[in-house]
Amino acid sequence: MTLTLIALAAIALLALIFGSLLGFAAIRFKVEGDPLVEQIDAVLPQTQCGQCGYPGCKPYAEAIANGDDINKCPPGGEATIKELATLMGVEAKPLDSAHGVESVKKVAFIREDECIGCTKCIQACPVDAILGAAKQMHTIIIDECTGCDLCVDPCPVDCIDMIPVEVDSSQWEWEFNKVPAGNIPVRQVS
Amino acid sequence: MFANYDQIIERLSVNQLWDFPGGVHPPQQKSLSNKSNIEFIPLEPTYYVPVKQHIGVEGKLLVAEGDRILKGQLLTASESPFSVPVHAPTSGIVAKITRHVSAHPSGIPELSVIIDADGQDTWIELKPVPDYAKADKSELIERICDAGISGMGGAGFPTHIKTNNSKPLEFLIINGIECEPYISSDDRLMREHAWQIRQGIDILVHILKPKQVIIAVEDNKPEALETMSIACQQKTNYQVVNVPTKYPAGGEKQLVQVLTSREVPSDGLPIDVGCIMYNVATCYAIADAIVEGKPLIERVVTLTGRGLKSPKNVWARLGTPIQSLLLHGNYDASTQSSPRFIMGGPMMGFTVTSVLTPIVKISNCILVPADNELPHPEDERACIRCSACSDVCPASLLPQQLFWYSKSKELEKAEEYNLFDCIECGACAYVCPSEIPLVHYYRQAKADIRNQREEKEKSDKAKIRFEVRTARLQKEKEAREEKYRLASEARKASMNKDGGNAKDKIAAALARAKAKKEAFAKEAENAQSAENIKKKESVSELSDSFALPKTKLVAVDEDAAAKKERVAAAVAKAKAKKVAADEAKKENKEL
Amino acid sequence: MTMLSLSSSPHHHNRRDTGQVMRIVCYATIPGILANIWFFGFGILIQIALAIITALVTEGVIMELRQKKTERVLKDYSAVLAALLLAVSIPPLAPWWVIVIGTFFAIAIVKQLYGGLGYNMFNPAMAAYVMLLISFPIQMTSWLPPLSIAEQSHTLWDAIHTVFTGFTSTGFSVEQLKVGVDGTTMATPLDEVKTALLQGYTVTEATTRIIFDGAYGKGWLWVSLAYLLGGLFLIKNKIISWHIPGSMLASAALLSLSLFLIDGDQYASPLFHIFNGSLIIGAFFIATDPVSASTTVKGRLIFGAAIGLWVIIIRNWGGYPDAIAFAVLIMNMAVPLIDYYTQPRTYGHKNKASKDS
Repeated sequence: MTLTLIALAAIALLALIFGSLLGFAAIRFKVEGDPLVEQIDAVLPQTQCGQCGYPGCKPYAEAIANGDDINKCPPGGEATIKELATLMGVEAKPLDSAHGVESVKKVAFIREDECIGCTKCIQACPVDAILGAAKQMHTIIIDECTGCDLCVDPCPVDCIDMIPVEVDSSQWEWEFNKVPAGNIPVRQVS
Repeated sequence: MFANYDQIIERLSVNQLWDFPGGVHPPQQKSLSNKSNIEFIPLEPTYYVPVKQHIGVEGKLLVAEGDRILKGQLLTASESPFSVPVHAPTSGIVAKITRHVSAHPSGIPELSVIIDADGQDTWIELKPVPDYAKADKSELIERICDAGISGMGGAGFPTHIKTNNSKPLEFLIINGIECEPYISSDDRLMREHAWQIRQGIDILVHILKPKQVIIAVEDNKPEALETMSIACQQKTNYQVVNVPTKYPAGGEKQLVQVLTSREVPSDGLPIDVGCIMYNVATCYAIADAIVEGKPLIERVVTLTGRGLKSPKNVWARLGTPIQSLLLHGNYDASTQSSPRFIMGGPMMGFTVTSVLTPIVKISNCILVPADNELPHPEDERACIRCSACSDVCPASLLPQQLFWYSKSKELEKAEEYNLFDCIECGACAYVCPSEIPLVHYYRQAKADIRNQREEKEKSDKAKIRFEVRTARLQKEKEAREEKYRLASEARKASMNKDGGNAKDKIAAALARAKAKKEAFAKEAENAQSAENIKKKESVSELSDSFALPKTKLVAVDEDAAAKKERVAAAVAKAKAKKVAADEAKKENKEL
Repeated sequence: MTMLSLSSSPHHHNRRDTGQVMRIVCYATIPGILANIWFFGFGILIQIALAIITALVTEGVIMELRQKKTERVLKDYSAVLAALLLAVSIPPLAPWWVIVIGTFFAIAIVKQLYGGLGYNMFNPAMAAYVMLLISFPIQMTSWLPPLSIAEQSHTLWDAIHTVFTGFTSTGFSVEQLKVGVDGTTMATPLDEVKTALLQGYTVTEATTRIIFDGAYGKGWLWVSLAYLLGGLFLIKNKIISWHIPGSMLASAALLSLSLFLIDGDQYASPLFHIFNGSLIIGAFFIATDPVSASTTVKGRLIFGAAIGLWVIIIRNWGGYPDAIAFAVLIMNMAVPLIDYYTQPRTYGHKNKASKDS
């Protein structure tokens, strides 16, 4: 009888010790993780283009956190999907073409002599990358433009073009088959 | 961990050096081109001078198309500390300022000044420093910058920035290693112009005040060793050191290690371990700039390889298209199945994309290999993990792991394995039995990482801008709503004050509006019928005359419409009154 | 405009490709094979021929199925080398199907199912050897005595006959060929000593038996020395580095020496361990297989030393007389771990921890 009691007491004591130890550790060594939405948002390309069907990257990040598909971001493309898949612990899948296709990076360009100064593009720009005032010519701040395309539709005189960003030699990714000199027979390495 | 100053001096005095890990011994092939003196070549009709020839930012253009310019005239101005100007290689006319194929493996066109030579080769007025020993340090540095000097050994780092040093300096190292096979431009320069190189060193010593100067020459260049030793023998703190031949002993980090046993921190510069290094050609150019006042407009270029019938070294003006150098070297097209020209050496040089590629400040060699000399690369085979690559890596990296991660685009992992400490010397790919172009994979991974970083920076900025904008819009919306709320409250308050009267007015206004709308609807109907009448007329006429019948019809019907309107308004008023009365009653009840 | 060809630097290559490396390793086994023929007859040649044919056919078929460039892959000689190493590891007169099954297993299962050359975790020859040893213990332990003390000599024709039918042309079975001139059935020197120790004899007593010549098995010493010669040739030509064989032999010698000093009756001398059995061929030809060995310098030292320890441990206290295959396979498993913890310090970095910063 006493033996049983001792055993029980011992077990209870142990449980108490380990319990408090765990509790202490949980408080003492708590790791403040990035909230999931923030992490997802960090992966998204921040073009704010809305091609995913949400008004910006953050809302899409929230949607993903709530279980939406990860393959709705054409500007991010394959790479972003892969990263999101790793982050969310799901299978990567191909880009949903209903939301657009992955294309080269572009920036908007306003043909300034045609601009009538209606400010509609300014209102559409999600990152305030268009400079101008009513009845004044507008222009794009290239460095801030994310190439989201959102300013093209509102323009009443169709004076906005999306121009592919030119790669300079510092950004070149050693793809000999993409050398601008063109007709050069390339001995493909690898 | 590293040897101190005295230990190093002691070992250097008996030419006892340290070693760097790894390294390879490719066949030297220097004797192809180092037998004869550096030749002068006739003037070119056209020069292509890229505006940016160094690490950093390009300067501001000072000339315009059509300008007449003199030899040595500034084409760009150095605006920021990290920019180095370029000069006209000869006198003539600026034919064009446009994008021209660049001396870069990609060949992506870059802004260049294209000069038509006038054949006179007239110098601009030169302003040498009469006695540099009396000159101010900062003035000399400015002169070096204005002469357009950037590192001529390979990287093209602006020399004036390196020279503007304020940290304690123990060793000024002059790099005459030239460890790349085939190249002999520094070799010939040391043999023929040791004295001027020594002058350049003297100037650097005057500016930098090092404790010791080490002139390092690889032991496969005995003649250069001798001439440099003779040129430097009067100076007690100049030591000419004989470095055992091993590739890549001429790499900056490797040479620092060989001479001093010290390692340049991976995120630092040689000055962090008390060393500064200059290439011998850079010293030569510094002497030119200070003593003669000549800017950097030409350099020694080795023309070599068995694809040239007469390999040699030449003085080539910057901007010379390699096409003409090939002619000077007697290019033998029959030795190559498809033309292949390498700018630089066989280990680190790059294949040019056009024969119009210009010579720039860092171009030390044009290598034209015959097919059987440097065979075209074969397809890679599977990695057999033999680790021959890590055995030869001078940076003690694990090239094989870097290869896996670079190939599978696991860039974070690659970075974790110190991808950015790779100096791209090519030793690993040189020994790889599976002929994997390892360095190519590293370069792609590095470019990927750099671009991703840049994109990340951009997207972070976009994110902030988006968030700020959203917040601003939100605030505006709230402010607007607040205004509406206040306005409606004010209206309500005033309505309560005036009782039904105000309400009457609103109702009346609403009724008027409604009546007007109805009238317009009617009008439109009439217009429609008018249009029907005119149906048979041509479209253009229709559109031209559209306004006329409409106004007419309106005029005809005006009286009737006005009557109707009045009636409707009256009815509406009555109705409104009734509604208002009801409302007022209701309100009263509620109150 | 001129059409130029482009490629990434380096444009230079030392012209030593995988095929060449593998071929040189194959050549380096020749002295050992010749010694083997001299002392133990022509059986080994037939085994090698069978193994190489099986390996090439297996690899070729799989390459075709995987739609790779068959000829190019076969020319890397890795299959040939794996087959060769397996063939010299099994008893010379083992039935033909043993080596065929073994080679097929090595190439198809151990190598190709893991992704082919460069991706296999285990040494194909040794994995196949262990599979055969466990599956066909009788055939795999039927070692012949050296010809000098065998009661029945056999010719090349006898060897072929035996491998394919189980009997020599004159009707002797392998069991009969195993009988020595003293009328007892022969085993390998390691077997002999192990059995003797179990029966209560001392090592010294065991080595007085007829198959021994001093402390070494008759013939085995010379075969080992011949392989050593080939191994040194490989080191001299920088095909293999000295780290793995060096540390492996050193650790085996050290452990056996300390055991020998503790109790010379129970534990054989270091020289006995090194020159009997397959320690030499294991050290120079098997443990150095680049694919499944460690890749860092420190890692190779650890890898080799651990194999040496395992060999002596298993030989002395394990159930099998020789242990190269087991030791190598055990250490193959540890390679990723060893490699991870033995990364060299990169130039300009203070230590490995700094890479996290």
